[in-house]
Amino acid sequence: MAERDTIIDKMPNNKNSLSNGGHLEFEGKVADLDSQMNELRRLSSIKGIDYSAEIRRLQRQQVTELKRIYSNLTAWQTVQVARHPNRPLLSDYLDLMVKDFRELHGDRCFGDDRAIITGLGHIGRERVLIVGQDKGKSTKQKIACNFGCPNPEGYRKALAKMKFAEKFGIPIVTLIDTPGAYPGIGAEERGQAQAIAVNLNQMPRLRVPIICIVIGEGGSGGALGIGVGDRLAILEFAYYSVISPEGCAAILWRDGSQAPKAAEALKLTSKDLYKLGLVDAVISEPLGGAHRNLHDTVYNVEKYIVKTLRDLKRTKLDNLLDNRYKKLRLIGVSPAEKLRRKTLAGKERVKEALEAIPTKRKRVPAKV
Amino acid sequence: MPTTAKQPPAQVRGLNNNMGKEVKSKWNGFSLKPRKEMPEGLWVRCPGCEHMLYKSAVEKNLNVCPECNHHFRIEAATRIKYLADEDSFQEILGDLTTDDPLGFKFRDTTYKQRIKDDVKKSGVKEAMLIGKAFIKGRGIILAVMEPNFLMGSMGFVVGEKLCAAIDMAMAEKLPLVAVCCSGGARMHEGVVSLGQMAKTSAALAKFDEAGGLYICVLTDPTTGGVTASFATLGDCLIAEPGALIGFAGPRTIAETIKIELPEGFQTSEFMLEHGFLDMIVNRRDLRSEIARLIDYCQK
Repeated sequence: MAERDTIIDKMPNNKNSLSNGGHLEFEGKVADLDSQMNELRRLSSIKGIDYSAEIRRLQRQQVTELKRIYSNLTAWQTVQVARHPNRPLLSDYLDLMVKDFRELHGDRCFGDDRAIITGLGHIGRERVLIVGQDKGKSTKQKIACNFGCPNPEGYRKALAKMKFAEKFGIPIVTLIDTPGAYPGIGAEERGQAQAIAVNLNQMPRLRVPIICIVIGEGGSGGALGIGVGDRLAILEFAYYSVISPEGCAAILWRDGSQAPKAAEALKLTSKDLYKLGLVDAVISEPLGGAHRNLHDTVYNVEKYIVKTLRDLKRTKLDNLLDNRYKKLRLIGVSPAEKLRRKTLAGKERVKEALEAIPTKRKRVPAKV
Repeated sequence: MPTTAKQPPAQVRGLNNNMGKEVKSKWNGFSLKPRKEMPEGLWVRCPGCEHMLYKSAVEKNLNVCPECNHHFRIEAATRIKYLADEDSFQEILGDLTTDDPLGFKFRDTTYKQRIKDDVKKSGVKEAMLIGKAFIKGRGIILAVMEPNFLMGSMGFVVGEKLCAAIDMAMAEKLPLVAVCCSGGARMHEGVVSLGQMAKTSAALAKFDEAGGLYICVLTDPTTGGVTASFATLGDCLIAEPGALIGFAGPRTIAETIKIELPEGFQTSEFMLEHGFLDMIVNRRDLRSEIARLIDYCQK
């Protein structure tokens, strides 16, 4: 009996690569409480004593502890949560959120990249095109989809399907979860950079609403390659960065182990990005991170998509594209300048713009 | 000699450290001693063919090695001098500077301090210069990147300047010529610099719709976020011989896949062979080649 129990206890440990039942290193106390509760449950089943009151007390303690930890995670801890092996992946979203999913394969040029999945489906009552990056759950799947690192054909596939969606007016939802585009010989030979660049060039022109959501890791150009749209949202404990913290530490600190410091400096958490005006919305995660409750996470994402799609569909297409372009052009403009541009009355703005042009034109070349 | 073979100077340095027998025999009688006694800045060693070259001779040759056609990296001002008609370059938005959106600190220094140092070192205020210029009498909007300013990385200012250049080219119906030379997106600005990739690409999409001609010159090195955005979106892509062009840096790739990279990987010739460039043009022919392209594309 006891032997079987220990086997069952071990099973969740086998499921993920973390040795202590899916707890991250900064969750020591939570893990302790978990093991205490398990012990009590085991005892009550063996000896038939009712420990439920005790267990409930421990649960309450655990909840307060989780709240305390997760309300002020450091940047590096956020990165760890975003990389948690039990975190919901694209396949979970497809299972729980998308009805009647029909996958579309192939870029019609080279191959079918498993790191980027594209397909049609329904979210709520809307038909949408899903473009998402998958990391895979089992080792076999992970290898098949290259640990979520897309190759150029993945980006070309994404663009081809997005153009197809544009033709039939199907809104696009992209779910971003990648450590970065794959740095390999084949990827370079087939033009990784060019594939991403063309996506960045074409996505602002697509005449359908586009919603981009970072659900886990938003790694640099690999994430941006399917991340240009009308709205960019990010899950609470996901991260989005120009370079991996390890990479940044290796270059600027000349020491890869300084990644926690680099993560802090890069301002890659949802909170910081929202403050800087680089994402439009932060989708909240259930207590203790998405990996503790897949259904709630997926539900929150679904709610956001349905609501945002409704909003975007009300806008005229021309205005939608105009707004998208304006939004892109304002990236990095300081908040003060943004406010100034916003508050200036229309006429004044035109006047100012007109004044700005001749000063540039006055600088006639010295020699023709 | 192949322009692609970039022998690491480490070999040479290794020689200096241990004058062992077998090493000596490789050196075909050329002593290393004079290297120490040579006056600074008079000679340069060509990384392509390892020849010692007289610096002014190289400069006269547009900073190209006369022996092996290795193209040295040149700063923005020199590039403009070589490319544009004499004194025709009129800079725009020259004093646009970054306001350090993240408040980035690393080791004992800050991003702002780093910028100050690089302004002093390179003599320019940002990693890109834009302006109106003439090439053989043809008016263009010219954007040139400066490799000595934080590796020519793209931050907010570079993105903003390029967008301004695109807007101007659109307004004045002039061709846009961008000379790229960059290590990629600037990590000191985090997602702001990542956003510049999307921003410049979106602006280029508008320019494309308006029917503008965009010629992109890729020089050594063009990697990372710049290659993955405006550098590969030109109507016409020209590269200098032997330039490093790619998405991930060769070191990153070697570390990831743990095998030795093939000879000539990620050079201009490699990119041309794989169909990502229109042509490879020597530095001395660049001017006339661009002028000819502009003539062809006139409506």
